[in-house]
Amino acid sequence: MTALPTRKLEAFRYADIDALASVWPSLAPPVRVEIAAQQKLQQIWLPSGDDVDVRRFDVVLEAGASANFFALNTASRFGRIELDVTLHEGAEFEFDAANIGGGNSTLEVVTTVRHVEPNATSRQTVRSVLAGKAIGSYLGKVAVSRGADGTDSEQSVKAMLLARGATANAKPELEIYADDVKCAHGATVGELDREQLFYAAARGLDPAGARALLLEGFVGGLWDGIEGDDRGIADAARVALKAIA
Amino acid sequence: MLKIENLHATVAGKAILNGLTLTVPAGEIHAIMGPNGAGKSTLAYVLGGRPGYEVTEGSVTFDGRDLFAMEPHERAAAGMFLGFQYPVEIPGVSYLQFLRESLNSQKRAKGDAEFSGAEFIKLAKTQAATLGMDAEMLKRPVNVGFSGGEKKRAEMVQMGIMDPKLAILDETDSGLDIDALKAVGHGINEIMRAPEKSVLLITHYQRLLDYVRPDRVHVLSRGKIVRSGGPELAMELEREGYAEVAA
Ligand SMILES: Nc1ncnc2c1ncn2[C@@H]1O[C@H](COP(=O)(O)OP(=O)(O)OP(=O)(O)O)[C@@H](O)[C@H]1O
Ligand SMILES: [Mg+2]
Repeated sequence: MTALPTRKLEAFRYADIDALASVWPSLAPPVRVEIAAQQKLQQIWLPSGDDVDVRRFDVVLEAGASANFFALNTASRFGRIELDVTLHEGAEFEFDAANIGGGNSTLEVVTTVRHVEPNATSRQTVRSVLAGKAIGSYLGKVAVSRGADGTDSEQSVKAMLLARGATANAKPELEIYADDVKCAHGATVGELDREQLFYAAARGLDPAGARALLLEGFVGGLWDGIEGDDRGIADAARVALKAIA
Repeated sequence: MLKIENLHATVAGKAILNGLTLTVPAGEIHAIMGPNGAGKSTLAYVLGGRPGYEVTEGSVTFDGRDLFAMEPHERAAAGMFLGFQYPVEIPGVSYLQFLRESLNSQKRAKGDAEFSGAEFIKLAKTQAATLGMDAEMLKRPVNVGFSGGEKKRAEMVQMGIMDPKLAILDETDSGLDIDALKAVGHGINEIMRAPEKSVLLITHYQRLLDYVRPDRVHVLSRGKIVRSGGPELAMELEREGYAEVAA
């Protein structure tokens, strides 16, 4: 058992260490996911339902493999999704995640994506909706190795704050040792749009309904890429939004 | 239907409406014309209850009720429809979901039974057809990627779905090509020409009035009505411009 991390570690700077301590001794090692060359994998990660919900994954995509992961982070005290992804030549990685919380919950998505060979792509999209005194964070490191030319990586991070006490943190980080690399990242924090709220009201939607609908739209785009008709995560996200809106 | 008396309103502390008086009886279509910046959209927003538009004096009754005692969504449930000069985009929310939830919110407010998904889709398809719009467009996010003309057509489809008593249409005709203008004119007549319904049509052009014949035409200038007349007033404005007529 390794020592409990402290906030001095970059990857834990926003973590709830006390909450983490409560599960640390029994925490399983990261789940290893290996996707063989040219294979495709989709996974949908729903929250465990526990107050403290720490999920860790070590993912390797061999040449030409592709992965689509969808994650929902809603733990009432501390939810952390930790992802370490290694991309070989031409691999395609897509990750869509939502932090939805209120009260005193701390929710974070912490990723390291390693482009170790040329021409791999990675797209990460994280949306947070935070009420009460919730803290939602995204720490995302993209490391592009020497020789991993033609890397294409994108990080899109947006947060919506429903209360003054809520906080959003976004820290995309790039470490690039290759040429001809395209790395884009953007982060915004906002509130519900007043024009949209008035438009909905003018059509007869009551204020609570309008807020819920706009929030659903803010998060809903994450699940558009799900193949097949598993709407479980969309429904769970809707329930989580209703609980805080 | 709509009775506006001595209405004064400010936006961001600036007086925009300065004693506007206007009555629109049931069964009538009234056009409001006037130069840019006269306060036409401001009037529409004040009637719709948009936050930031402050009424400082005067009164408005809608169907005998004090309009300003109602929240914006309550005004819609009471039968008022506001057609926007610049319809708002809502990414991530489909038109079908937006309109179904809005309509059902109105129904709940009135104590009526809500529409099921299937009933609503049928209604939406019928109304899209009335306006010559492909119903598939309603699966797309609200107004996102719609052309200017498509947005205006979609406003009219929404009006058809809501089936209001009073429609306040702010430049629904601007940005329309000739076919769309015809379709929108036809839509307004189809949906709103009835003895128990009224329309307040804000427009700059005579063109739309060729399709939707107004009972009265009013000229709004510097925040008040400066002239009123029959349909011929619109022709006069088109010929001579506002400066002459409103002087
Ligand atoms: N939010 C605002 N802050 C300050 N001034 C405003 C605001 N909104 C409107 N105004 C001003 O109020 C006046 C009336 O605007 P309004 O949009 O009502 O005009 P309009 O008659 O609809 O014009 P148009 O024909 O160009 O649509 C204008 O001078 C405008 O600049
Ligand atoms: Mg205007």
